[in-house]
Amino acid sequence: MSVTTATIPASPRVTLRLVLWGAVLVLALIPLLNQLPESSALHVGDFIVTITGKWITYAILALAIDLAWGYTGILSLGHGAFFALGGYAMGMHLMRLIGPRGAYGHPTLPDFMVFLGYPELPWYWLGFDMFPYACFMALFVPGLLALVIGYLAFRSRITGVYLSILTQALTYALMLAFFRNDMGFGGNNGFTDFKELLGMALNTPLARAVLFYASLVALIGSYWVCTRISVSKLGRVLLAIRDAESRVRFLGYSTTQVKLFVFVISAVLAGLAGALYVPQVGIINPGEFSPGNSIEAVIWVAVGGRGTLVGAVVGAFSVNALKTWLTTAAPDLWLFALGGLFVAVTLFLPRGLVGLFSRKVEK
Amino acid sequence: MTSHTILYLDDVSVVFDGFRALNNLSLFVDQGELRAIIGPNGAGKTTMMDVITGKTRPSAGTVKFRDADLTLLDEAAIATMGIGRKFQKPTVFDALTVFENLELALKAPRGPWACLRWVLAGESRAAIDRTMEEIGLTARAHDRAAILSHGQRQWLEIGMLLMQDPELLLVDEPVAGMTDQETEHTAALLRRIAGTRSVVVVEHDLEFVRALDCKVTVLCEGSVLSEGTIDQVQNDPKVVEVYLGR
Repeated sequence: MSVTTATIPASPRVTLRLVLWGAVLVLALIPLLNQLPESSALHVGDFIVTITGKWITYAILALAIDLAWGYTGILSLGHGAFFALGGYAMGMHLMRLIGPRGAYGHPTLPDFMVFLGYPELPWYWLGFDMFPYACFMALFVPGLLALVIGYLAFRSRITGVYLSILTQALTYALMLAFFRNDMGFGGNNGFTDFKELLGMALNTPLARAVLFYASLVALIGSYWVCTRISVSKLGRVLLAIRDAESRVRFLGYSTTQVKLFVFVISAVLAGLAGALYVPQVGIINPGEFSPGNSIEAVIWVAVGGRGTLVGAVVGAFSVNALKTWLTTAAPDLWLFALGGLFVAVTLFLPRGLVGLFSRKVEK
Repeated sequence: MTSHTILYLDDVSVVFDGFRALNNLSLFVDQGELRAIIGPNGAGKTTMMDVITGKTRPSAGTVKFRDADLTLLDEAAIATMGIGRKFQKPTVFDALTVFENLELALKAPRGPWACLRWVLAGESRAAIDRTMEEIGLTARAHDRAAILSHGQRQWLEIGMLLMQDPELLLVDEPVAGMTDQETEHTAALLRRIAGTRSVVVVEHDLEFVRALDCKVTVLCEGSVLSEGTIDQVQNDPKVVEVYLGR
């Protein structure tokens, strides 16, 4: 700590910390303001609660990408896959909770299975009626996939653009697989029509507030995990790998092991984000695996400032705020704006929005 | 192979697309020995370093460090066993400070968990301070490596090598781009290090090799052309012909 702070004057750090906690406080007020009567000037609509809750989960995804890309130089263009897998795990739980309230009224089978003529639940759906198991799987499955893919890729020293293409192919392949009806994940339509979670009806202010605060706590927790890593010696090993991987190997570090460690943590965080995202938006379908989503998430990080944890969070919120506004104001322009933003940031703001405010804060 | 031999290369060949970068090369380095390797461009000096450190696999031959077969190990494992390497082009980590560069190189557990839980203890800090003193970078401790001069980067890399506490140091062109004074200082440092550790220096600068005052091996076209003191090899007609030129 003392070593890294030596290059950073104390005052911007303190200011930054204050601004961060201020932002968290403002966010935390949103569900409370939602409770005020609609006549009140401070009233915040349901839409705002849901959409900021969604952005919080995006910010967790951005942190995950930043840890892999900004710190370690692993540019994954398939992080959306880990996010979606976490989402699907939570979606399976929500589907099981619908129970006999589905359109077909079957006691255990979700509607799409009745429709497709499944005689019983496939084995991999067992256990998802239990909330802790679903939560575990939401983290475990993305982590396991990252472990396998990362092991194969890093051991074979696949880096740079090849790794990016590989991860993009991975998410594309998963998208095609999840589109198939016989995968047992609802095919094209995915999962929706959720009713309740942990005994709360999902369309109530209480459920919205609980999910919102759960996401906020998860964001703070993820930020803490990433900070712990970045200020430790491991964080400096990551920067060294990003800048000169083979040199790190000659120092005796197994860069394969270190990258795998970070990639798995990153995937687990992405899975956590996905699991919190699905109950808030009320739907998960194979579109979440689309490579475009992963690329968009990378752009959030680039815009905010990669290699800074604050940057990832700022990027996720600002780009999504812009998206929400622009897709309403001028829907046809959004993709051009996104592409233009990426080009502009690359050319003029290589350190992202955060780089505008402080040249010194880097860790 | 005597019991004092620490590095043992026997009949090593490396073939790249039909080009024999190393051609039945045999070389033995003793414990505590300082050895200089010279040779014209393309003689196989860097390839030899690559083979020893696990970057390149030999097509044939034996490479041993003590009793370990280096051809079976990867770079990280070889480095952990006690072979340190300084590259021709100084490669330090620009995003990190001088202190942090040395801290990364410091001999300590290398796993991700160990790094995450790493706490800089007093004796480690003292070791880093000693090394900074030795390489003359104490005043730059908290400057990022990106802003160091070329000579300082060379020194930092030598410092990182020392922090690894290796038994065998491979040093590729340590004085390239250094001033005369820096060159002298480097020769003295390497002589001091040898004795407790083995040092293999690859260098073009014959004055520097003379200052090292050690056994010299001349490589040419991937094999050993001549071996002996600097005066012996400089007077060897074969060496005169291919290397020093006429």
